[in-house]
Amino acid sequence: MKYLDEFSDPVLAKRLFDDIRAVTTRPWSIMEVCGGQTHSIIRHGIDQLLPEEIELIHGPGCPVCVTPLEIIDKALEIASRPDVIFCSFGDMLRVPGSGRDLFKVKSEGADVRVVYSPLDALKIAQENPDRQVVFFGIGFETTAPPNAMTVYQAKKLGIANFSLLVSHVKVPPAIDAIMNSPDCRVQAFLAAGHVCTVMGMGEYPELAERHRVPIVVTGFEPLDILEGIRRAVRQLEAGQHTVENAYPRAVQAEGSPAARAMLSDVFEVTDRAWRGIGMIPQSGWRLSPKYREYDAEYRFSVTGIQTEESTVCRSGEVLQGLIKPHECAAFGKECTPRNPLGATMVSSEGACAAYYLYRRLETPDKEASSVG
Amino acid sequence: MCLAVPGRVLEIEERDATRMAKVDFGGVVKDVCLEYVPDMKVGDYAIVHVGFALQRLDEESAKQTLELFENLGVLEEEFGDAWGKAARDAGAERPAGTGLPPLEGAEKEARS
Repeated sequence: MKYLDEFSDPVLAKRLFDDIRAVTTRPWSIMEVCGGQTHSIIRHGIDQLLPEEIELIHGPGCPVCVTPLEIIDKALEIASRPDVIFCSFGDMLRVPGSGRDLFKVKSEGADVRVVYSPLDALKIAQENPDRQVVFFGIGFETTAPPNAMTVYQAKKLGIANFSLLVSHVKVPPAIDAIMNSPDCRVQAFLAAGHVCTVMGMGEYPELAERHRVPIVVTGFEPLDILEGIRRAVRQLEAGQHTVENAYPRAVQAEGSPAARAMLSDVFEVTDRAWRGIGMIPQSGWRLSPKYREYDAEYRFSVTGIQTEESTVCRSGEVLQGLIKPHECAAFGKECTPRNPLGATMVSSEGACAAYYLYRRLETPDKEASSVG
Repeated sequence: MCLAVPGRVLEIEERDATRMAKVDFGGVVKDVCLEYVPDMKVGDYAIVHVGFALQRLDEESAKQTLELFENLGVLEEEFGDAWGKAARDAGAERPAGTGLPPLEGAEKEARS
């Protein structure tokens, strides 16, 4: 059970909850796209404190979760090579490939290193000219510009022993794919704030119009999320479907022009498979021909990968908002953070991990909640 | 990984023709690239993601967010010992070659 006093500003939180309650007249389903938002919602019990009519559906916005199994297996194979130093963010260490993960590969003697920034990997390449240094470039529009800049720097500085294993994904095509699904129940979106910090809001009006769906750009903090929900419900109740910015302190309409310029120089848009979801057209980036020599998939001919996905894991349905984590039979039983069957149980931004961490092992009991 | 953390610029220098800064994240200082927000000055706050400043932020918002992230454990996740966390999650020791000592004390207890 969660209480309002857990919020940083309980008075403001109560006002937002009261306003949401006052305007809500019928059931609405709202998807928060970003895994960071999911974590915050479950941690603070926002979903349990909302009016019963409001259902929050957890979206696919966890880069660790949606990185396809084939890329994980390629990463594991490249990392196993004796001439390679494989660099990654820490949250990829325990994402299961077909049978093993980076943690296990490191335990078997591979040189796997955790870095804070892709620039740290470039520095390792400078310090180890006789080794190949590969950085695992995953992530959404927030992470892609740093990785793009790192490849640009590698080329500018003539660092030839650096390459990027790329698996970048874009949010708007995922929203489009979710809305096009015949099973879709989503009626409004809370868009991922930091993605919009980079990309701005220009891609959303067309989506909102075509699918007649409100899109509210929202931050990660509990009060930001409440404000996003409040605006989404107000639009739904009024029959509107516009794009609103509820995170103006971090998001400007045009985003970051410098970052967007670097993205379009270093990357090109491509079709991309999402783990658990499948191929989404034009939903990812790969290195553009000008930078192809820095693409680890070209540098290391990683072929003959036979992927083997868990047959019981239902993370794909969780990622599409079709089921809640505890509706999967394996959740909390054979699938736990210690023995994850899917990436959604590994990543702290994954919906399954958030439910497990905060003991949401059963269907939430709204009547047990209190708004204080 | 996806969350960006606010930090305060302590000093700025050119390195390999790139604008870099030392940035303080509530006590943890990291190198940060300023190329995407080139007009940042010493004392300014920015939203930083994987070593890159992405947007300027006002001081009050930055401090509130930092406090919240600290309470949520996000700072530990962003800047802490990823091998230790992975080892605890796996119920194993850190692999050799991480440059870190074996798990002990509270770390080991957190595994169970």
